[in-house]
Amino acid sequence: MGSGGDIPEIPARPDERERPRVGVDEWVANVEDRREERAGIAGLAGRIDDLVPPWARLAAFGLVAASLPLWMERGDLFAYGIFTLIYVLLGLGLNVVVGYAGLLDLGYVAFFGFGAYFYALLSSEQYGIHWPSAVSFPVVVVSTALLGLVLGIPSRRLLGDYLAIVTLFFGQAFVVFVNAANPTVRGKGLTGGPNGIADIDPNDLFGYELTTRRQQYWFILGAVLLVLIGLHFLSESRTGRAWRALREDPLAAEAMSIPVNRLKLMAFAFGAAIAGLTGCMFAAVLTAVTSGNFALPILITIYAAVILGGIGSLTGVVIGAIVINVSFQFLAPENPQDNARILFYAVIVLLLLLGIRPLWRLAAVLGGTIAFGLMAHAIAEAISPSWTAGAVVEGGRFGDVVADWVIIPADNERFANAAYIALVVAILALTKIHGWWRTGLLVPTVYLATIVWETSFVAQPAVARWILFGALLVFLMTKRPQGLLGTPRVEIV
Amino acid sequence: MIVAFNTELFIQLLVNGITLGSLYALIALGYSLVYGILKLLNFAHGDVYMIGAFAGYAVLSLLGGPLSPNVALAPLIVLMFLGAMIASGLLGVVIERFAYRPLRDAPRIAPLISALGVSFFLQNSALLLFGAQFRSYDSFVLGSKNPEFFEPGPLTDPLFVVKNVNIQLIQVIVLSTTVGLMVALTLLVAKTAIGKAMRATSYDREAAAMMGIDTDRVIASTFFIGSLLAGAAGVMFGLLFSQVFHFMGFLAGLKGFTAAVVGGIGSIPGAMLGGLLVGLAEAFAAGYLGGRWADLTVFGILIVVLLVRPSGLLGTPAIKKV
Repeated sequence: MGSGGDIPEIPARPDERERPRVGVDEWVANVEDRREERAGIAGLAGRIDDLVPPWARLAAFGLVAASLPLWMERGDLFAYGIFTLIYVLLGLGLNVVVGYAGLLDLGYVAFFGFGAYFYALLSSEQYGIHWPSAVSFPVVVVSTALLGLVLGIPSRRLLGDYLAIVTLFFGQAFVVFVNAANPTVRGKGLTGGPNGIADIDPNDLFGYELTTRRQQYWFILGAVLLVLIGLHFLSESRTGRAWRALREDPLAAEAMSIPVNRLKLMAFAFGAAIAGLTGCMFAAVLTAVTSGNFALPILITIYAAVILGGIGSLTGVVIGAIVINVSFQFLAPENPQDNARILFYAVIVLLLLLGIRPLWRLAAVLGGTIAFGLMAHAIAEAISPSWTAGAVVEGGRFGDVVADWVIIPADNERFANAAYIALVVAILALTKIHGWWRTGLLVPTVYLATIVWETSFVAQPAVARWILFGALLVFLMTKRPQGLLGTPRVEIV
Repeated sequence: MIVAFNTELFIQLLVNGITLGSLYALIALGYSLVYGILKLLNFAHGDVYMIGAFAGYAVLSLLGGPLSPNVALAPLIVLMFLGAMIASGLLGVVIERFAYRPLRDAPRIAPLISALGVSFFLQNSALLLFGAQFRSYDSFVLGSKNPEFFEPGPLTDPLFVVKNVNIQLIQVIVLSTTVGLMVALTLLVAKTAIGKAMRATSYDREAAAMMGIDTDRVIASTFFIGSLLAGAAGVMFGLLFSQVFHFMGFLAGLKGFTAAVVGGIGSIPGAMLGGLLVGLAEAFAAGYLGGRWADLTVFGILIVVLLVRPSGLLGTPAIKKV
C-alpha cells in the first residue's frame, strides 16, 4: 500500500521513521519536487489512500463488490464483475513480480494459460478426468509455481533485460506449443490445437458445483479477498521489505546480505502461483480454453492495469483493474457503440478537466472546440456536401448531435487514415509545446480526436482499445511512471 | 531408419537459411546498436521493420502498383528500398524522441514497458490503417512483360543453378544489399566522426557528454541508422515472401533479437554472425523437423545461449563496476 514519505503534513508510519537516514540531504533538497508530484487529483488520491487504513479499504471493497450481483444483470455480471475480478487477481500476481521484486516478467500470461490448460486437462472430457476442485486447485497452483521457479532460474544469472526477453519468448513459445505443436498424448492432441479444450467442469466447493454466474462471482471474490489479505501481510513482512529493497537497488540489497537470488525466484514462483490459481477459475467460468486467451494483448492489458493503478500498491492494482476492464468491456465489439461513444466523450472532458488550469482556460478550450467543430463542419459542407454525408455508426440520441458537428465524409477510409495520422502527430506535438501555443493546439487536437473516433475507432472498437492501451503504457511511463497510487522512486545519489 | 542424404534439399535449405539470415542480421544490427549505446531493449524494433515493409509497399503502389509499374524494375526496387529506409529511420527517431528520451535516467524497467507499449501501438495502428488482410508485393510478376497472365518476372527467374537448386535473382539482391549495408555500417562506425562519437557514447555516455559530444544527437542518429536497416529488411521480406501484414514484426523482431543475443549483443560482427546462424537454424529446422518446430527451435537456441554464454559468441562479458 502507498507509503507516506517524510513530507511534513503527512503522518509517517513508525517503521519509516526508524529507517536509516541514508541520503538525507538529497531527500531534504527534493522536498519541493516531491510535494509537486503529490499535487493534483492523483496526489489527492494518494493522500486519501494514506489516510484510510488497509482494513477499511478492504472492507469497503469487499462490501461493494459482494453486493454487485444483487442489482446487476447476469450478462453484465459476467463481463463487468467476473472479468474485473479475474483482472484484479492477475494484476495482484503480476504486482508481486514487477511491483515488489522489480523483475520484468513478459511471460506472465503464459502462467495464467498454463494454469487454465492444466485445470482443463484435470477436469474435462478431454481425458475423462474429473478431479474435484479441492484436489485440482492445489495441484495446479503448485505446479504453476514450480514452472515459475524453473523459468526464474535464468534470472539468477541474467540481467533484468535478459529476463524480460526470456520470459517474452516463453510466453510466445507457450502459445506456439499449445496452438501448433499440440503433441499427441494417448491418441489425442494434448492441448486441442486451435480448438482448445471445451466442456470444462465448473469449480466446486467441496462437492457443491458452482454453476450460476452469481455463485462463480462470489467464489472468485472470495479468492480475491483472501489473496489481498495474504499479499498485504506479505508486503509488510520481512520478505516484502526485502523484495522492495531488491527492486530499488539489487547491488545494495546484496551488500546488506539479502539473498537476492532466492528472493527473485520466490517472487517469480509467487506471481506464477497466483496466475495459476486465476487460470483454474478462468477456465471453469469460460468452460473452454483456447490459446487466444493467453496471447500478447492480454499481457498488455494486465500491465496496463497494474501500471495505471500504481506499481507496488494493492489498492492501486484493484482500481487499475476495474478501470481497465470497464474500458475493455465498453470497447468490446459486441457492446452497443453508443455506450462506448458516451464513455469516450466523458473521458475527453474528464482529461481536459484534470489537465487544464485555471478554469477559464478550460472553458476557452471547450468553447473553442465546439465553435471550431461547427465552423469546420460548415466549411466542409460548403465545399462539397459529400464531405459530411457519412452516417454516424449506431447513432443513438447522442449520435444526432455528433452528426451535425463532426466531419464524416461519405467515402471515408482515406480521410480516416489521414485524420488518425494527423491526430498522432498533433498529440506528439502537444507534449513539446507550452503556454498559449499548447492551449491553441488543444482545440484542433480534441476535434481531430472526435473525428478519428467517429470515422475509424467506432467501427473497430477492439483495435481502438489495443491502440489506446499501448499508448496508455507509453504515456504513463513517460509522464507518471508510478501510476495513480504507486510510490515515486527516490534516487539517492 | 536411415535416410539417404539429400544434397538438393541440403543446398536448398542452405540458400534459404542464408537469405533469411541476412534479413535477421539486419534486424539484429538495429537491436545491437541501440543496446550498445543505451542498454535498452527496443521491443518496438520489429514493428519498425513492419512499417518499413508497408512503406515499401506504399512506394510500389504510388509508382503504379506491382502489375503496371511506371518505372523500370531496377529504379523501382531502389526507390522502394530508399522510401522504406527513410520512413523507418524517421520513425525510429520519433520513437526515441517521445518514448525513450524522457526515460533516459528512469529505472531500467520503465523504458522496457514503454517500448512494449510502442510496439503494441504500432502493430494496432497498422491494423487500423492497413486492415488485417495481407498486402502483396507480387514480386513473382514484378518486372514481367505480361503480368496480367502471371508470367514470372526476372526477380524469381533462376539466375544460376547449383546441383539442381535454382538461385533466384531476388536472393542475390537480398544477399548483396545486406553485405553492402553491413560494409557501409562498419565503415561508418569505424571511420567517420559520428561513428567515433557513437563508440564513445556507448563506452561511457556521461564522459562522452563531458567531452563535448552531443549525446542526444548521437543517440538519435543511432536510432535512425538501426531503424533504417530494419526498413531495408522489411522490403527484403516483402520481395522474398511477397506478403506483408501488420503482425509480421513481432516474430521477426524476436528472431532478430535472438540473432543479436547469439552473436553477442552490442557487437556489430556478432549481429551479422548471429543472424546467419539463426536463419540457418530456422531453415534447417523447418526442412528436417517440420515447419511447426522452426520457431520453437529458434527460441530454444536463445534460451541455451543465454544459459551457457549470456554474452554471446562474439560479445565481451559485461564487467560490472560498482
